[in-house]
Parts: sequence; structure tokens; C-alpha cells
Amino acid sequence: MSPSARDARLLRWLAFAAGLASAVLILIVLFLMQESWPVIARYGLVHFVSARGWHPTEGTFNLVPMLAASAATSALAIALATPLGVAAAIFSRFYAAGIVGRLLHWVIVLLAGIPSVVLGLWGLTVIVPLILKVAPPGTSLLAGSLILALMILPTIALTTEAALASLPSAYGIGAAALGLSREAIIINIAIPATKASIFAGVMLASARALGETMAVLMVSGNVVQLPKSLFDPVRTLTANIALEMAYATGDHRASLFVSGLALTAVVLALAAVARRSGGQVVHA
Amino acid sequence: MRIGTFLLAGLVLATTMQPASSAEGKLVITGSSTIAPLAAEMAKRFEEKSPGTRIDVQSGGSSRGIGDARSGLADIGMVSRALKSDEVDLKAFAIARDGVSLILHRDNVVSALSDQQIVDIYTGKITDWAEVGGKAGPITVVNKAEGRSTLELFLHHFKLKASDIKAQVVIGDNQQGIKTVAGNPGAIGYVSIGTAEFEARAGTPIKLLGMAGVAASVENVRNGSFPLARPLNLVTSAEPQGLTKAFIDFTKSAEAYDLVREQYFVPLGP
Repeated sequence: MSPSARDARLLRWLAFAAGLASAVLILIVLFLMQESWPVIARYGLVHFVSARGWHPTEGTFNLVPMLAASAATSALAIALATPLGVAAAIFSRFYAAGIVGRLLHWVIVLLAGIPSVVLGLWGLTVIVPLILKVAPPGTSLLAGSLILALMILPTIALTTEAALASLPSAYGIGAAALGLSREAIIINIAIPATKASIFAGVMLASARALGETMAVLMVSGNVVQLPKSLFDPVRTLTANIALEMAYATGDHRASLFVSGLALTAVVLALAAVARRSGGQVVHA
Repeated sequence: MRIGTFLLAGLVLATTMQPASSAEGKLVITGSSTIAPLAAEMAKRFEEKSPGTRIDVQSGGSSRGIGDARSGLADIGMVSRALKSDEVDLKAFAIARDGVSLILHRDNVVSALSDQQIVDIYTGKITDWAEVGGKAGPITVVNKAEGRSTLELFLHHFKLKASDIKAQVVIGDNQQGIKTVAGNPGAIGYVSIGTAEFEARAGTPIKLLGMAGVAASVENVRNGSFPLARPLNLVTSAEPQGLTKAFIDFTKSAEAYDLVREQYFVPLGP
């Protein structure tokens, strides 16, 4: 087979794979729309942001408290995990020599591999009772954010580490030749040059935080309300679906698909933001 | 089990559009969404036992079960309560009982609550254990997510609406409820009696709260003396015959008790 024929065949397969992947996404979104259509048609979209609370068996479906809860837990988790993850990556790249750096790397990889339900169980039996001592009921926005932070920390640390490792060695050599100190190299060269990749990692982590279900369901308390403090129990969109889907029928069931649709929209918006900033090439 | 019910929900949706009909070797069962998962499991085992039969289980509420059994749309209706006085034209066959117990942390000194106190706690009028004779401290109200049969039974018994309840924690399944109460000495929750009794015996730090002087136990649900309980009924319009009779006999037999327990209901026999 000539190289050009091989290329043509490769193109067909790649196009098929790419087409399949995007077709699945489109089909899922179409499915969500179809399933949620009956209740959207009956109540109108405005109902989902203006209704008097979330009481599906009484016909009121307000998603705002759950959208807010999803956003708040994820934002707090990102705020906690980003500095820790970036710091861990910088430490393992620039400071930890040899065995310590490798050990740290593997611990972070292991942390990424812990199933979320295990983290949730640990949260429910360790973190929640600790928070309970400060302010009952313990299951709270704070507990959910802490578990989420733990869960997305590896994503941020590993993407940052990979970005730092991909910097051309000429940067470091050149900076050292200019007599720059290690912290000057980190602050003035390494971080600015990897900023976009770090940001893309944070966006990826946000999407994971928003989509996480089991662990959050176990530790957040799941009360549908706008949180007034860190110690208030909240229900995220994902927890809402998982809690009620098994027994929901009719409009109640359809309204859970609206929850799913709302969540998908938020995650797609995040992905678009990540693409915008992560797409540009920062270093040659 | 979650995937199972999910598939069932899909099946229900796909089949509700078609008119149900009874053919040779085919049974249609409709009604209570509480009983539907149990009936579906029983139907699966029954189909394995007698090849060639097909049993369609569709949920849609107890009133649909009554209506479909009367009109003949279904061979058997599912009704998760005792029949009312205007429904005595139907024949009812209890296949299991459903009981719910209030649970507290084992270290809570409160040993009994009146119905009114329970209502006041769940609607947020009483928020401190000192008001009901306990050690001072905030009450953590643990409620079930909407759509669950335990919630429905609880609301119905105390004549409450889902939106009346002011909870601090909302849970999905019974296990989560037990873990939440076991980890919080100020919590009050309610779960299926079968699970609660099992966990308390296994040493989990919870205690079951009796009601109206009757101890919360599987035995008292079975003999009908525990107030927060209800029968799970299959109903037919006429004296059952043939396949209908065979299936009803099967659901009431000891062969199906393990399925009843798996759904956290109480079988009729030991």
C-alpha cells in the first residue's frame, strides 16, 4: 500500500471515531431534551427559576437553589484545591529531589484513583462528625466542598506538573545563565509560561466537581435551599437526580431530566471557556 | 438495584402508551409505585419457574391499580394501603407489609415521643431536645427524598404535606439514614423497620422509637399492631383463576419472602 493510500485509510478511521464521539454527545443531549420536554412544555422554562421551591410531588420545580449549591460547592472546592495542587506540582518539579518527588507524584496519582464513593463514606464518618462538633447538622456545603477539593486536587496537580515538565529546557538554562534565582525562575518564567495549561486543568477539575454525585450526596445533607452559611446543608443538581430518579414518575421524572439538562449546559459552557483560554499556544 | 428500577422506569414509560390486554400466558399488573419494584422481582422469578408466561408490571399509583383492576385493563392491581369502604367490590390479597420506624441515636435519653411532638419536630416548631425531655441540644431532622415510599407512608400517617417538613438532612436510602443518625447524637430519622431492627441488633448505635406504646419491631408490623405501617395489596375484580391465581399464590408463598425482605418490606410469615 502506498503512503498516500494508507493516509486516506487512516483519515477514514479517524473521521469515523471522531464522528462517533460527537454523535454520542449530541444523542445524549437530544435524549435529555426529549425526556424533559413534557414538563417544560407544561410549565414553561421560567417555572424552573421562579417556582415556590422544589416539591416535585406537589408540582413545583425550582432549580435555582440546586444550581446555586452546585456552583457554590464547586467554586469553594476549586478555591481550596487550586493553590494546593499548583503548590504540590511546583514542589515536586523544582524542589523535591529524586525519591521524594517521585513519591509525592505517586501519592497524588493514587489519590486520583480513589473511588468517589469511598471518599464519600470517609467524609460521612470522619469529616461530617468533625463539622458537627462546630455546627450541626455536620452534613453541609463545607463538607461537600472539602471532599470535592480532595477529589479534584490530583487533576490540578497532575496537569500543572505535566505543563511544567513540557516547558523547553532552554527556558530554565537561559534563566539560570542570567543568574536568576530559583524562586525568580518559578514566579517570572515557569508560572507565566504555563498559565494557560494550569487554567485549562482548573476548568477540567471544575467540570469534574460539578458532575460529581455520590460523595457529595453522602456528605452535603441534600436539603433544597439557598445556602446562607458554610454549615448549611445543600443539595446539588447531581445529588437531586441520584436521590429521586429511582422512584420518580411522570412530571417528577421529567423534571429530573431538566436538572440533567441544566447541568449539561453548565458543564458545556465551562468546556467552552476552557477551550478558549487553553487553545492558544503559549510557548514555542 | 438502582439500575434495575431505572430500567423498570424506562419500561413503564415505554409501555404505558399501549393499552394493556390479557392474552394466553400473559398477565398485566398495574398500580402502586411502592409495590411495582417488588412485583417486578416476583414476576421475574415466576416467569423463570413457569416458562411461556409473560408478566407486565407497570406503576402509576394505587388509584390506577384500583381503576385498572375494575375496568379490566389490568389483571391485577397494586394498592399500597387497605381498601376503602367503597372499594370492597374488589378482592384484596396482602403480599407483604410495609413498616416505618423513627430512629434516634442510642445515646439520646428520649425514649418516647407523641405523634404531636413528632409532627412539631418535623415541621420545625420544636428544634431543641430539651423541649421534649431530652438533653439540651439542637435537633437534626433527617427526612427522605421525595418519591420514596417511606416518606409517603410517614406523611400520610402524620397528615403532612411534603412541603411542610423542615429538614436539616435529606437522605436517599435506608442505609444512609442509619449512618446519618448513628453519627449524630442529636438526629432523628425514619427508615424501614426491617433495616433498622437488623442494624440495631448488629450493634449500630441507633434505637427504634416505639409508637403509641407499641414497640417498633418486624413482629409488630407483621401482626398489625404497629401504627406506622400499611399492607401491600394485590387486588382483582373477581375471584382469581388460572394464571392470575397461580401468580397471587406464588407472591404470598414462602418462596417469595426473600424478595420481600430485599425490598425492606415485611413478609407475612416468619
